[in-house]
Amino acid sequence: MPEAFNEMGADGRVRPHFAGIRSWLAATPNEVFALKRREAEHIFRRTGITFAVYTGEGDPERLIPFDIIPRVLDAREWAFVERGLRQRVLALNAFIADVYGAQEFIRAGKIPPERVLCNSGFVVDMVGLKVPAGVYTHVAGIDLVRVDAETFYVLEDNCRTPSGVSYMLEDREAMMRLFPELFAAHRVRPIAHYTDDLLETLRSVAPPNCEGEPVVALLTPGAYNSAYYEHSFLADEMGIELVEGPDLVVQDLRLYMRTTQGLQKVDVLYRRIDDSFLDPLVFRPDSLVGIPGLIAAYRAGNVTIANAVGAGIADDKAIYTYVPEMIRFFLGEEPLLQNVPTWRCCEAEDCAYVIDHLHELVVKDVHGSGGYGMLVGPHASKAERADFAERLKATPDRYIAQPTLALSTCPTFVDSGIAPRHVDLRPFVLVGREVRIVPGGLTRVALREGSLVVNSSQGGGTKDTWVVD
Amino acid sequence: MLSRTAENLYWLARYVERAENMARLLDVTIRMAGLFPHQAGSNEWHSTLIAAGCANGFYAKHEDATPAAVIHYMTRDPDNSSSILSCLETARRNSRAVRTALTADMWEAVNSTWLEARVLQEAEFATESVHRFLDWVKERSRLFDGAVVGTMLRNDACWFTRLGTFIERADSTARLIDVKYHVLLPEYESVGGAADYHQWAAILRSVSALRAYHWVYRDRIKPWLIAELLILRPETPRSLIACLGEIMLNLDLLAQNYGRRNECHRLAGQMHAKLRFERIDQIFQGGLHEFLTGFINANIELGNEISRQYLS
Repeated sequence: MPEAFNEMGADGRVRPHFAGIRSWLAATPNEVFALKRREAEHIFRRTGITFAVYTGEGDPERLIPFDIIPRVLDAREWAFVERGLRQRVLALNAFIADVYGAQEFIRAGKIPPERVLCNSGFVVDMVGLKVPAGVYTHVAGIDLVRVDAETFYVLEDNCRTPSGVSYMLEDREAMMRLFPELFAAHRVRPIAHYTDDLLETLRSVAPPNCEGEPVVALLTPGAYNSAYYEHSFLADEMGIELVEGPDLVVQDLRLYMRTTQGLQKVDVLYRRIDDSFLDPLVFRPDSLVGIPGLIAAYRAGNVTIANAVGAGIADDKAIYTYVPEMIRFFLGEEPLLQNVPTWRCCEAEDCAYVIDHLHELVVKDVHGSGGYGMLVGPHASKAERADFAERLKATPDRYIAQPTLALSTCPTFVDSGIAPRHVDLRPFVLVGREVRIVPGGLTRVALREGSLVVNSSQGGGTKDTWVVD
Repeated sequence: MLSRTAENLYWLARYVERAENMARLLDVTIRMAGLFPHQAGSNEWHSTLIAAGCANGFYAKHEDATPAAVIHYMTRDPDNSSSILSCLETARRNSRAVRTALTADMWEAVNSTWLEARVLQEAEFATESVHRFLDWVKERSRLFDGAVVGTMLRNDACWFTRLGTFIERADSTARLIDVKYHVLLPEYESVGGAADYHQWAAILRSVSALRAYHWVYRDRIKPWLIAELLILRPETPRSLIACLGEIMLNLDLLAQNYGRRNECHRLAGQMHAKLRFERIDQIFQGGLHEFLTGFINANIELGNEISRQYLS
């Protein structure tokens, strides 16, 4: 594997926008950093920013480790990423609208029909349903990795209910509290307006039959969900109600919430639960968190669901390989952000190549997430690879393969001091009547040496992400 | 606001208050048990269970009401939903479900209490040292109360929280006074004798009202005056009439804000009026225990009516 790109710089050469951080690291005594790290932990613990991990042992409410060394992007880098994100998310939305509408992408032969229509992310109930402004994925989390100064790859598109934005915002809050002098010395673009942007985005897609100011509510599965902290944080910041299924009721094809003054209408439902739990009349009849009749109200144009039902069709890893083609087809542009080179195991030629090169590839289950169900070829044993080869032959449709990338690194506090650790970036893209992106995003860092897995469920941490002018 | 939010706030306040009142109840029991420690057939611990309304649950698990067993059951038995630790845990669960409706100070009061309670050692619950734990519980409850009064926006969220506190407190004061009914006097003692006197004094102390008694009556301790102080005097903060006054006030604020009055307003008004025009000698004539039982039932009914109207 090639040497990983160090974003701060290597061989004694510091990249200019990291110079301030570099001298801050050199000038600050270790005791001060130790103190600040304890203070940071204290801040997060006290505000209750925890992440539920279901292992059945230890503290069920853990903190996601927060690293106090920020990751810095300069204005030029960000301008490029931002343009690329905007382009990609517009194409993804156009694709979903097409899937549930005219299906021209399929008819033009750009994708085999069965890959869309037989996909578990395809929701047949959405066919022909018109959504406000044609927007399906209102909040998209696009995971990026970087391999050199110029190249960002899109690792995956999260078009359903991407989470993590609260960490992005709280990381910045904590940094500003801990190191005001650093902010005084840099021109860091602010991100605190994210929640205002989100509320505006949601209001802009009010349903056609909405009268008066649209009422927005955030639907959570409840306090035991791993992202509950984020749900309550966002509802609080936006000043909207945080509702659970039993708080909602559909009457006469309209959605209401139960309040101390009787029923009150809801126009836009920002849901943070999966499609299949939304409405027991349409999806899982055993769902206790769902709202019977919700889809009927949706169909009648009385409520907007964000992200739209069925948006998951665009974040399937097999569909991912077609995104560059979507950009060309729907926007008539060349993609700015590249996909990671990907072999589709469902195609015989690709599959044969993958089986021959398992030792250098990462193989992923197309429906997997959170870093589960994948084979990291270079780290796997011979037996594991042989076992995976059998699985590939049996159900090639389930897998894609990618080269193991040398993810870029950023300086990070570890037990032995400061060392480079691999990072990725999840910017959050808001799509309503217009597209809004706050500068930066959530940087996740793999804290174990050499590890490429940044998922918080697997020992990853987070960093504040700066875009500086 | 969402009914579920209001409900969580209401029960959050009730459980914090209940934890405190369980502590007060145990406190009075320990005091009474200490009065005549070598008395055969002494039954303070049994009486406490009855007054707290948890005798059935206790005897399903235990033969005898020994001090250690009762203390365990009422402070930390997870099978007892009203044990102090259960109350603190439920309060914390309710808070977590409505984080956005709480002020930071309220959340911290509840959360840090729970975090500290989780790591308490066995020794803290021993019969001889449990009073320190009970003091701590009272202190944490006052911290929560202070956070509510000092930091909460005066809107319906606050009024539902306060309703929870005072419905629970009214219930608890009535039960505390009733302990005296269940505790039998030692055989050789007569009503109005030394034992009787000290038992009443223990009740006064348990509601932190001993000094208040002297301020108000400037008299030696007399049972009917104590009952009057804790039932009919509006200036005693934990008296039944004071609790009802607060309940009325918060219900009125809700009515003004929402533009309508309901059955719960009528019930509360009726209970309040009854206390206002009651005389303590009449209460004793009719039987103090009967009066208190009637009050506890009416208070439960009022709680149900509030739930029915706003919280479901």
